[in-house]
Amino acid sequence: MSKAIPEPVTKLIEAFSRLPSIGPKTAARLTYYLLREQDDTALVLAEALTDMKTKTRFCSNCYNITTQDVDPCAICSDPDRDKSTIVVVEEPLDVQAVERTGGFEGQYHVLHGVISPVNGIGPDDLKITELVKRVEADPITEVIIATNPGLEGDATAMYIQRALDGKGVKITRPARGLPTGGDLEYVDSVTLMRALQGRSELG
Amino acid sequence: MDFNTRRQRTYNSQAIILKRRNLGEADRLLTLLTPDHGKVNAVAKGARKPATKKTGHVELFTRANVLISKGRDLDVLVQAEMTEAYLPLREDLTRGAYANYVVELLDRFTFDDDAHQGSLFQLLDQTLAHISYDDDIRRAVRYYELHLLDAIGFRPELTECVVTREDVEPVDQYFSFADGGVVAPGSQHLALATVPISLNALKVLRHMQRSSYEQVASLSIRPNLHADLERIMLGYIQYTLENRLQSVDFIQRLRRMISSP
Ligand SMILES: [Zn+2]
Repeated sequence: MSKAIPEPVTKLIEAFSRLPSIGPKTAARLTYYLLREQDDTALVLAEALTDMKTKTRFCSNCYNITTQDVDPCAICSDPDRDKSTIVVVEEPLDVQAVERTGGFEGQYHVLHGVISPVNGIGPDDLKITELVKRVEADPITEVIIATNPGLEGDATAMYIQRALDGKGVKITRPARGLPTGGDLEYVDSVTLMRALQGRSELG
Repeated sequence: MDFNTRRQRTYNSQAIILKRRNLGEADRLLTLLTPDHGKVNAVAKGARKPATKKTGHVELFTRANVLISKGRDLDVLVQAEMTEAYLPLREDLTRGAYANYVVELLDRFTFDDDAHQGSLFQLLDQTLAHISYDDDIRRAVRYYELHLLDAIGFRPELTECVVTREDVEPVDQYFSFADGGVVAPGSQHLALATVPISLNALKVLRHMQRSSYEQVASLSIRPNLHADLERIMLGYIQYTLENRLQSVDFIQRLRRMISSP
C-alpha cells in the first residue's frame, strides 16, 4: 500500500480486509466512508466492537453467547422453558434460527462446529464432552441433533448418538424432506433417498 | 466479483469434492480433484442456500460433473450435477471416517493446480467406492496408500534392503520410516526409525503394490495382520508428513468407542 496513506488509515483497511467476503476495495471504501462521516458512526462502531468482545462470554451450560454478567444465559435460566428437551446446533446463529420459528420451548446446546477430520477438527475441538456431562447431570429426556444436513453434520450426529448411547435419552434428528419449491428432477439422490426414508403417512 | 471477460474461459470436468468451507454470506469455497487439472479451488455461489439449483448439492466426498469458469482471482463453479454419492460414507460413521482419511492423505500430499496429479482421480474414485461397499475397508485403504505413495514419489521399497541393496530374504525384516523401505535384519543399526515387519506383512504389501485391486480383493487378511500392516503404513506416512493426521485419531477413537461398552 502506498506510503501516501497515513498508517491509521491503512491499518483500518487491513483490519476490514481480514473479514470474510470483504476484499481490499470494499475495505478501502468502508474506511474512507468512516473517515469522511461527520457524525459519530466510527466511534459508535468502535465502542460496539469493544463491548462485543469484552462484555460477552459463552454460557457455561449451553455454550451459546451470553453477556458477561448473565451466566447461565437467559434461555438456560428461563423457568418457563422445558428443561427435558435440548436442541443441539452447530453455531449460535442456529439458535436464533430455531428461536425465530417460535415453536420450540426447550433448551439448546451449541457445539461450535462439526466433526471434520479432513479439516483437522475432531470431537475434542467441540462441546461434545460438555453435552454428555449435561445429559448425565440434568433431567434430560430428549436430545434433538440439529446439525446441518450433509456428510459432516450427519457424522457429528451419529458420533453424538454413539457418545450418548446407554444414557437413557431419546435421540432424534429433525426430519429432512424435499426442499419447498423444488422440482423432483432437480433433487439429488442423497436428499431424495433421505426424503423417502423419512416419509410420513397421508391422511 | 468482476471478471476480465477476455481471459475468462470455462471447462467441463468430472470432479470429486475434497473439501469445502464457507465463504461470505452464502458461498462455499470448494477444493476439487479433477482428472485433467489436478486439485483445484472453486467458489460455489449461494451453495449454502437450499434453493440454489444449479450448484445445489455440492456435497463433500461426492463425484460430480462440473462446469468451472476460470476467473482472474478465483475460479467459479457454474454448474454441478452429482454422478456418484458414495452413499454408505454418509450412513456409516466408520466408512465416513475412512473417507476422511483417504481424502486428508491426498490433500496433504498434493498441490493445487498440478495437472499431473489428475491421475489420482481414478484411484480416489475407486477407493471411495471400495470404502463404501467392501467388507474389508482396511484392505482397500492399504491398497490406496501404496498406490498413492507410488504416484507421488514415496513408493516404499519392499523388494530390496534400502541399506545393502540386496534382495530381501524370506524371513522377518525391519522397515525404516526414514529410508522408506525394508532393512535386512543385519543392517538394522544402519537405518533410522525402524520397526519390525513380519514376512507375512511384507508379502501382503508387496502383493498390493504390484497387483490390481481385483487381485487384492480376494485376499483374506486376519485382524492381527491388519494391525501390523496399519502400524507400518501409518507410521511411514505420518513420519513422511511429519504430522499426525486428525482423521487417524478419529478412526482410532471410533474403534475404542465400539470395543468399550
Ligand atoms: Zn445457556
